[in-house]
Amino acid sequence: MHDVVQYIQSYLESNQTPGAAGNFFWATVYILLVFVGLSIAVIAMNWLERKILAHMQVRLGPMRVGPHGLLQPIADALKLLLKEDIIPAEADKVVFWVAPFIVVLAAFTVFVVVPFGPTHAITDMNIGILFMLGVSSLSVLGIVTAGWASNSHYPLIGALRSSAQMVSYEVAMGLAVVSVILMTSLNEASTGTLSMIGIVQAQQAQQQWFVFKFFPLGLIGFFIFAVAMVAETNRAPFDLPEAESELTAGFHTEYSGFRWSLFFLAEYSAMIAVSSIAVTLWLGGWLRPFPNALQGPTWDLVFSLIPGLTFLFLAGMAFYSTLRMPKHPLFRVQTIGLAGFGALLGVIGLILFIPGVRLRVQDIFWFSAKVAAFMYLYIWYRGTFPRYRFDQLMKVGWKVLLPTGLALLILTALVAMRGELLADVRGVWRP
Amino acid sequence: MNPAAIPTNPPVATPFFFYLLATVMIIGGILVITRKNAVHSAMALITTLLAQAALYLMLYAPFVAGVQIILYAGGIMVLFLFVIMLISIERTEKERQFNKQWLVGIAAAAALGGLFIAVYTTTTSGRTLFPEGKLSYAEGENTQRIAGLLFDRATGTYMFAFEIASLLLLVAIIGAVVMAKKRI
Amino acid sequence: MTDPRSLSPLDLETPDQTFLDANELVINMGPQHPATHGVLRVILRLDGEKVMGLECVIGYLHRGVEKIAENRTYTMFNPYVDRMDYVAAVSNALGYCEAVEKLLSVEAPPRAQYIRVILTELNRMASHQLWLGTHALDIGAITPLFYTFRDREEILKIFEKYCGARLTTHAFRIGGLQYEAYEGFEKDVRDFVSFVKPKIDEYEELLTTNRIWLERTKGVGVISGKDCIALGVTGPVLRASGVQWDLRKAQPYANYKNFDFEIPTGQNGDTYDRYIVRIMEMRQSLRIIEQAVEGIPEGPIMAKVPKVMKPPVGEVYHSIEAPKGELGYFIVSDGSTQPYRVRVRPPSFVNLQALELMCRGQLVADVIAVIGTLDIVLGEVDR
Repeated sequence: MHDVVQYIQSYLESNQTPGAAGNFFWATVYILLVFVGLSIAVIAMNWLERKILAHMQVRLGPMRVGPHGLLQPIADALKLLLKEDIIPAEADKVVFWVAPFIVVLAAFTVFVVVPFGPTHAITDMNIGILFMLGVSSLSVLGIVTAGWASNSHYPLIGALRSSAQMVSYEVAMGLAVVSVILMTSLNEASTGTLSMIGIVQAQQAQQQWFVFKFFPLGLIGFFIFAVAMVAETNRAPFDLPEAESELTAGFHTEYSGFRWSLFFLAEYSAMIAVSSIAVTLWLGGWLRPFPNALQGPTWDLVFSLIPGLTFLFLAGMAFYSTLRMPKHPLFRVQTIGLAGFGALLGVIGLILFIPGVRLRVQDIFWFSAKVAAFMYLYIWYRGTFPRYRFDQLMKVGWKVLLPTGLALLILTALVAMRGELLADVRGVWRP
Repeated sequence: MNPAAIPTNPPVATPFFFYLLATVMIIGGILVITRKNAVHSAMALITTLLAQAALYLMLYAPFVAGVQIILYAGGIMVLFLFVIMLISIERTEKERQFNKQWLVGIAAAAALGGLFIAVYTTTTSGRTLFPEGKLSYAEGENTQRIAGLLFDRATGTYMFAFEIASLLLLVAIIGAVVMAKKRI
Repeated sequence: MTDPRSLSPLDLETPDQTFLDANELVINMGPQHPATHGVLRVILRLDGEKVMGLECVIGYLHRGVEKIAENRTYTMFNPYVDRMDYVAAVSNALGYCEAVEKLLSVEAPPRAQYIRVILTELNRMASHQLWLGTHALDIGAITPLFYTFRDREEILKIFEKYCGARLTTHAFRIGGLQYEAYEGFEKDVRDFVSFVKPKIDEYEELLTTNRIWLERTKGVGVISGKDCIALGVTGPVLRASGVQWDLRKAQPYANYKNFDFEIPTGQNGDTYDRYIVRIMEMRQSLRIIEQAVEGIPEGPIMAKVPKVMKPPVGEVYHSIEAPKGELGYFIVSDGSTQPYRVRVRPPSFVNLQALELMCRGQLVADVIAVIGTLDIVLGEVDR
């Protein structure tokens, strides 16, 4: 028992990711943690999206299953699992079967390199960002094969749209990413890095989030990425591959039950993945806000208390809703359930106040909070924007984002190398 | 158990993985040329390419592996599938296979086999075609090394070739557009 | 714009012969499709995403309303017309009642006329709101739907309070009204007008200047005024193409000549203009309602109409400006208690004929937008 505690403590004091340390045990634990956390995040996102969208649209959203519909995602998951699994008679069975797994694998594998904190990543790859872009680009294969294997017209058109869309926007996305990698090379050794952790550490070393770097260049790059990432994940207003009013459900029209839920899972985890990239590259990853303006041990303490306070605030909201629950006996179970949920949030909040936990978890909290902001944006877009038409989507991708990205890359390079360039120019002028 | 006891960097490049990946690649390669359904062939090709990327990883070349995935598996194969999907599969399956160039195939295989033998043959003087080498830098430096080979002022010997290759690709793109579009 | 008569019919029989040429794709859109507004079936021939030709297949909701009329008395047929354009039931009833009144040579008393106008204009609002919500939904904006349905609910509440029904109201009777306006009717209508005025601005805020909305609707499904007239297209679609034709002004019926309102028109005849025209029509409807509520006279609500109606032998055509266009009733009487023949000129059916002209050469997504902008109700198309 003592050994186990010591082992865990020894890990807690380490300053390496399990992958870098080559520790299989901790790597496995991390993989499981990330997998479970991601699944919970997708479930929570499902509920939140329906609730937030509902409130934007002057309705209540799920209210029946559990207090304020809290158990709705679980009910949905059960429904999907119990549904009859239909494979169309004329479908290509093998490919139809494989396609959803490709999408899910691609969406989940990228989390291997996502840095939730300086040591909170499964591993820190030397090619981290390249790995993320590469593996997430594999999900197109799943979508394309799903559309083709269904042997039906709507999925085929959906698949064609999505492959064209994702390949196009990957280009603009890549250019924006490269401009950030250029920024990471602004150190004494002038070597950049592709490692996700390295990119955040570069922002820490340069005392600036890259979104504010070379204002407004960083901001433009961030904007390009923010648009391209919505298109990459096939979400509104770029949700043409699954445009409901045109293609019924696009590439997954013929899918049902469990296979369909895999697409759903993949879509949401892909959203989280690209948001993680954006957060890591431009918004300082796990770094807390205002590290320069509000620095010093006092502010560190204040900011490290925020995670716990957030959970306590959520718990307070849950308790407030408990008080507002109808007093009718029929609502007793729901009221108790909501109170229990509030208590759970409160306990988590209190745990987050323990100094050891606090210091260890605040990175994860800030990272998740930034990702959550992106998730909210996704929902907001969906509630506000109409859908682009296919040619307009291509126009935005190729004629707006791509030239802007190229110009951005060149400008970033010029600004980053301005010292040496000026020196060269002087050398030519005054030999 | 203390942190020191944690083994650092256990070798990934074990023979087991090599043979596994090699088998996957060979099976995938055979499937690519034997499947009549073009989409199945493409799927097999993707498997082969991914296994190849893993082989690059084993060679401590993560950058090459990443580029392999992003370009071949993620980019080019999508375009392949894009084209294949538009072809009527029922008709291609009835189509007579026209890749019966077995004479050329045997010649190519013989040449390749000869090359393999040459690689593994040691002359009496102890010289080989490819002397056994060891990685002189850490795995983590792979990206920087490639960048150095391409762009560095001192060591960048491949800059010109790189630029010429990209120009060639640009010409190919323009050519494709001109040929495909009657009216630009 | 090409002459619609010169377009060759869609060739769906010849299978494509070329190997490797997968340009042409025949897609069957509907009758079960989320964006065909009911059971419209459209056969699309596509080149990639481009529409090479399309054909509408209708009749999935055919109930033989016109035939039923021949076996019902004039009074008994009145509720059936509500089921044609079920989102604008009040307008349908107004057209039918006025047609039969014309046949009988009676006129509804002024008080009834005013209440009829108020209810009809409220119904126009409701129809346009429903159109706006579903049209925006088709184009991918999901939120306006809930806003418009929230406000349409208020109209339906007034209907419910007035006659007990929300959708198929059966609000009017031949010769006037069955029910006196309930206590507080005028206040409810006034409240509604002041409630909904800022709401229309709210819809506009979401859409009118939205870049994506502009790109999706400007220049999409263009139809010229000449083509509209050639095809018999009426209503907001015609007006958006620059033709100032509104039966409320052109052939005033009911007591529309007493009210001061404008006919909004567009210039380009595209989806965006049709959207703007309908939004402006909502505002004009409110104007009419305001004037009508101020001017409701006292008096009877029912003209002297025989209990058993036997109109004299003859025929009558009467048309009104329904929310979707010219809604006409052609009734032939043989002097008995039942009409010899009733023919309805439904605006949706006629407007739908413009679909192919508007969609050819556009993209699949535009077909959806155009079906939405035509504002068809399949109950009326198929009858």
